[in-house]
Amino acid sequence: MNCWICGVAVLGSGLPGWAASEAALAGTAPWSPGDVVPPPPPLLPPTERRRTSPAVRLALAVAAEATAGIADRAALETVFASSNGDGAVVGGILEALHAPGSIALSPTQFHNSVHNSAAGYWHIAVGSVAPSVSLGGHDGSFAAGLLTAGIAVAARGAAVLLCAYDLPLPAPLAAVRPTGPGFGTALVLRPAPTEGALARLSLRHVAEPAPAPAPADALDALAEGNPAARALPLLRALAARRPARIGLALSADMHLALDLAPC
Amino acid sequence: MPDTRLWPLSLAAATTVTALGAGIAPLRRALHAREGGLRPSAFPGGPEDIWVGQVPEVEAVELPPELAGFACRNNRLAEMALRSDGFAEAVSVAAARHGPDRVAVVLGTSTAGIEETEQAYRQRDAAGALPASFNYAGSHDLQSLPAYVRARLGLRGPAFAISTACTSGARSMLEAAALIASGVADAVVAGGVDSLCRLTLHGFTALELLSRGGPTRPCAADRDGISIGEAAGLVLLMRPEDGPPGAPLLLGAGASSDGHHMSSPHPEGLGAVSAMRAALAAAGLTPGEVDYVNLHGTGTRANDAMEDRAVHHLFGDGTPCSSTKGWTGHALGASGAVEAVIAMLCLEDGLVPGCLGVSMPDPEFRSAVATANAVRLLRRVASNSFGFGGSNCCLVIGRAA
Repeated sequence: MNCWICGVAVLGSGLPGWAASEAALAGTAPWSPGDVVPPPPPLLPPTERRRTSPAVRLALAVAAEATAGIADRAALETVFASSNGDGAVVGGILEALHAPGSIALSPTQFHNSVHNSAAGYWHIAVGSVAPSVSLGGHDGSFAAGLLTAGIAVAARGAAVLLCAYDLPLPAPLAAVRPTGPGFGTALVLRPAPTEGALARLSLRHVAEPAPAPAPADALDALAEGNPAARALPLLRALAARRPARIGLALSADMHLALDLAPC
Repeated sequence: MPDTRLWPLSLAAATTVTALGAGIAPLRRALHAREGGLRPSAFPGGPEDIWVGQVPEVEAVELPPELAGFACRNNRLAEMALRSDGFAEAVSVAAARHGPDRVAVVLGTSTAGIEETEQAYRQRDAAGALPASFNYAGSHDLQSLPAYVRARLGLRGPAFAISTACTSGARSMLEAAALIASGVADAVVAGGVDSLCRLTLHGFTALELLSRGGPTRPCAADRDGISIGEAAGLVLLMRPEDGPPGAPLLLGAGASSDGHHMSSPHPEGLGAVSAMRAALAAAGLTPGEVDYVNLHGTGTRANDAMEDRAVHHLFGDGTPCSSTKGWTGHALGASGAVEAVIAMLCLEDGLVPGCLGVSMPDPEFRSAVATANAVRLLRRVASNSFGFGGSNCCLVIGRAA
């Protein structure tokens, strides 16, 4: 199945937004690691903005960048893909549930603990009533999100915003689910190209393990540690405007095969 | 005209595990007899003075030894469902026919195996570390559910977890339809599984949304909140020509977002109306062609009032509607799938199961809320699910043509 990439965003270590990162992603400028500090989302009203966690801020930052200047932003269906979700919020609740004495949870923290909280805040931020799905797929979360966005385009002719984000978990979960530096990426996928379309993308499910090329450099190596950063081979080919055939693992025994043809 | 790219799909197999027991039969019996499955909560470490829909004997279920790494309450519930109503066997037939790589698994859950994490937190060592036996990927991670079901059934198709709060189980069926329509899969195991845990019990307590001292009474004038339940609901979806003759059909589904508030529904139910409209449009139906609406009907003041306005707006006061959460409790990410199975059995039996335990429906409500069982010819049933984050989903299920 086919779709067109009509918008892109990134926020990660040493990758402070798409335009500022294109050269490093393309390999034409050096990359060096840096802190990932997602900004408070300016699209949200102040009361909602204050309630947003780092995970929601990360998701909204890339969703906003990928859709900046898109006239039909509120009409886009959305797919939010994350393995760890809002791990800081869930971890905080687990701590509170096991603290000595009586249990007192924050109602706001509880409704922010749902996996679709980032999606909820995004739809509030842009006033969108379009359908939205949030999903998890462990290390294959980005590939599962891309597959879900791809089938929405192919089956329903939908225009879709795909947003993938993952942050490290708090202790003690961090020890059992180690996650590299925070990473977020977003793509706008459409059934037909619009002006400024970046590439044509073909997707295919393959019931065999993904090919696993060794990381060529330190930037490639980010992919191993963060499920959202598994998008890096696609993002790097997009930035370099290079045709590419990429295999993204969905799990140990299957992958999503991507064929990228830049415009 | 229906959107024939996606719909209809055959509900080739279905099962559910609820507080009434494993399989469809005990639920069917209880719906007809108007005997609910909610009981005063004895869930360890949970809030007091609430009622829950706890599935009996979940703890005794053993997973196959080679899949022991997936052991958690949620996957035990999934296992109970796989063993019920010939579900695993029906999937095997589909896998043999189409190939295991052509059968996908898309399952909804809100908390996956987090109950296992809660146990692990209680066993932290002096340094605060979780016990070495704790398997994060097999229990806590959302993917533990679809990965378990995929491995257990020997499937090789795509598998991922939908987590859109309380619409997860219904919403999974939209992804299933898109997987089939786009040619990725020929059959999909969809639905949802959610299990009792302290996180949700205390979380809903913090939001002051739980019914106190008795079972939930959706649509009642004196309703005071939710009774949480746990459940599994599984369906096997495929193209009608591939499904068994006479199997019920998923005629269409629709979704929307509120874009309004994280935990309060839009007061006029705009998102609910647009999800129901989208489902009817997908199925190519008018509201008058739906014979019964199974409500999300959580029993909270806000949800039921919103849903009444939304249902009345579309269906007026002629189409009977009710919530079945008085039997099962609110099984969160499984509820949409459980209620899809309930819709199927209502179609089969011609049953409108009136809300349980409601002596007086809310006098403000204008839709046709049923509070007693009725038997009538049902051709099509709509089933609503709404969730935190402003997520809305509606399924329309019908008898085979």
